[in-house]
Amino acid sequence: MIGPIGQLAMLVALALSAMGAVAAFVGARTGRSPLVASARNASFAILLLVAMGFGMMEYALITHDFSVKYVAQVGSLETPTFYTVISLWSALEGSILLWALILAGYTALLAWRTARSRETPMLDAYTLGTILCVNVFFLLLIVGPADPFGTLNPAPANGPGPNPLLQNHPFMGVHPPLLYIGYVGMAVPFALGIGALLSGNTGREWSKAVRRWTLVPWAFLTLGITAGAWWSYEVLGWGGFWAWDPVENASFMPWLTATAFLHSVMVQERRDMLKTWTLSLIVSTFLLTLLGTFLTRSGVIASVHAFSEGLIGPFFLGFLGLVLITSLALIAWKSDYLRGAGSMDSVVSRETAFLVNNLLFVAFTFVVLLGTMFPLIAEALRGAKVTVGGPYFSRMAAPIALALVFLTGVGPALPWRRGSTDAVRRKFLWPGAVAVLGGAILLIGGMRSLSVWLTMVLAIFAAGLVVGEFIGPARARRSAHHESWPAAILRVATGNRRRYGGYVVHFGVMIAAVGIAVASVYKHEAEWTLSKDGPAQTYGPYELKLDSVWAVQDPNRDGVIAGVTAHKSGRLIKRLAFGGSFPWVHRKAGLIPRLNYYPTMNEPIATPSVYEHPGEDLYLVLVAYERDGSKATIKAIVSPMVGWIWLGGIVIAAGVAFALWPRRRRSDAEGDETGTATQEDLVESAARA
Amino acid sequence: MTKKRLSGKTTGALIGAAVVLVAFGYLIWGGIGGNLVYFLTPKELLDKGPKAVGASVRLGGLVEGGTVQWNADTRELRFRITDGDSASVPVISVGVPPQMFTEGQGVVVEGFYTQEGVFKSQKVMVKHNNEYRAPPPGQHPAEYYRQLFQQKPQS
Repeated sequence: MIGPIGQLAMLVALALSAMGAVAAFVGARTGRSPLVASARNASFAILLLVAMGFGMMEYALITHDFSVKYVAQVGSLETPTFYTVISLWSALEGSILLWALILAGYTALLAWRTARSRETPMLDAYTLGTILCVNVFFLLLIVGPADPFGTLNPAPANGPGPNPLLQNHPFMGVHPPLLYIGYVGMAVPFALGIGALLSGNTGREWSKAVRRWTLVPWAFLTLGITAGAWWSYEVLGWGGFWAWDPVENASFMPWLTATAFLHSVMVQERRDMLKTWTLSLIVSTFLLTLLGTFLTRSGVIASVHAFSEGLIGPFFLGFLGLVLITSLALIAWKSDYLRGAGSMDSVVSRETAFLVNNLLFVAFTFVVLLGTMFPLIAEALRGAKVTVGGPYFSRMAAPIALALVFLTGVGPALPWRRGSTDAVRRKFLWPGAVAVLGGAILLIGGMRSLSVWLTMVLAIFAAGLVVGEFIGPARARRSAHHESWPAAILRVATGNRRRYGGYVVHFGVMIAAVGIAVASVYKHEAEWTLSKDGPAQTYGPYELKLDSVWAVQDPNRDGVIAGVTAHKSGRLIKRLAFGGSFPWVHRKAGLIPRLNYYPTMNEPIATPSVYEHPGEDLYLVLVAYERDGSKATIKAIVSPMVGWIWLGGIVIAAGVAFALWPRRRRSDAEGDETGTATQEDLVESAARA
Repeated sequence: MTKKRLSGKTTGALIGAAVVLVAFGYLIWGGIGGNLVYFLTPKELLDKGPKAVGASVRLGGLVEGGTVQWNADTRELRFRITDGDSASVPVISVGVPPQMFTEGQGVVVEGFYTQEGVFKSQKVMVKHNNEYRAPPPGQHPAEYYRQLFQQKPQS
């Protein structure tokens, strides 16, 4: 019964999106606000209907209703409940349903947030109409080629369960929703961009709104990418976190352009410049999310995540073309709206830093885009099956990334418009000295990798500059209000959350950059065949001993486990174990790499066992074993500072949360930006005097 | 005059941008060209002959029956990879093969073809089977680990 009801709900939602879009556009054009209000109500109804469909699909999955086509495809009686719940997004149709739910959520949120404001009615109406059009597309997909609600008659008694790789780690419950909230959310700034073009409103209030609406999905995208890297590290058993896989690239490219956008929109807000550029960036971001979905969901490029399916590809390609042509035409046609009054005053200014930042991000995007698309081009032109190797991406990306790390510190330290060379020199003095000292210590300490050394020195320098941005105003406060250092720094930061939240984000980027550089270069591994109760194998400070090899039977899979006792410099290593009694996390001695046998996979899937440590991780993989359990081949991978990458992602998200935290008082709601600008100027002039 | 100077500036900026773009495009093109990995079957590899020597290749096929030699002392694995009928290529790799590595198994090896007509592999992968296919009722694909069920330790 669930199938037809779900289909009906989706059909009604589709009709409402189409009607709502028309109502919003006509209402905006003719200025009839009741029409716009009806489009708002339609948005709420769409969310309700899609949520209903989502809920029904979850119900069907949990109750194992195999008459529903999607449940028969990804469900099984043996799958544990947790993985049954999250199997909703383990294949194409379900993930499009999740996509539609999040999109409907954003649409309703947009409708609700703009309902009371009377400041920009035209902009709001056009924006709502645009995002409703995006709803139309995704609901069309669900009603047509990606219908999850089809009915099977007769219903099978059981299903195969989700893709084993996707039911091998609890992170699968976190990573896709985070990523989707980020990915799908990029439709909102896109809609705001189109709304701005149609209404001619590209003023400061637009810049402010679009920046906030981009920051939220951007933070989720960052978390989603981080969680994806972590998942890949914990599940795939090769000890790496990023393989430049098309799916990873698909999530990374919109992140790059969105990051560029977040910076250029600030220039637009402050200096009334770069409007066409800024709009192009936000349109590109949305296009890249569509392109990424097309690449990974249509099966054009085979990869771990690609679930190939017939009609989806042409559908996506058509929509992609439509969005591209419409946006380009609008930008060309409405170029009058995009003429800004500002211009560059000086080379030594924050504008320059932002401009270089933008060029670097766009170059980065091109590097990734071309590398990702090249196999398609090569196959179409020469019929050769090729893939672009990881070294291409790493070699091209490294210098760009290094320059960006440098800018995370230099950008905030440079003043808007025209910098006094003296003040800039003073700001750069201490961080520069510390960076030189740090670099010397690293060299003496034996660091011989140029890329890691450069990353660390630049990160120290950048961190020093950003710390200076906290210290300078805090010192001024201390002498004015007689506060302690922590209190003064806290006051300064909460006095301008937007700015200091941004600096926290920059700290996160530096932390992640150092983690990426160190973990990539200094990762090392070895492999041995150990005998049960045999002598311990030494590897650096580690001693590994094979205790036993045994098999376990889970409801959905069988597993072979190697129990390894490990010591680091004589101390017993304890792994984190989940489950059991409160607080559900405890430490257990030893590491337990395993191989899992799923009924639907011909070969076993390795689940590594990891000892996580801020200094370095020890990562064990069971490669092979003797059938009688007497021997096991273990691969050990040591990844220094890999945990810093996950930490960096979390710090970035925390910075965004700090920046967007609702203010308590209304009085400082608007004035803070100018307020601290004056404060900053005061400090600067005080320093000059 | 201002206008003239401005346009001169603009032309300069445009030329600069074009130079940077071309240089960047050249870098990308060279970067991609130097890092291509070719997907080949044994027959395609042999057809290419000397042209294939040194290039990064992912070679896919079956492990030929009766050719697997494992030297535990040097940790060297030798076998031939075949596409089923005629063509077959000798492969050398170092390290213990993955658990499911057996004769007749589909494998992908990553590495390069040498002048001596041997494929040197850095990585041996058992071919992934990502299809969702329910096995016949009651059957499990690899049951030989079952005797390990008794080995469970006390702790």
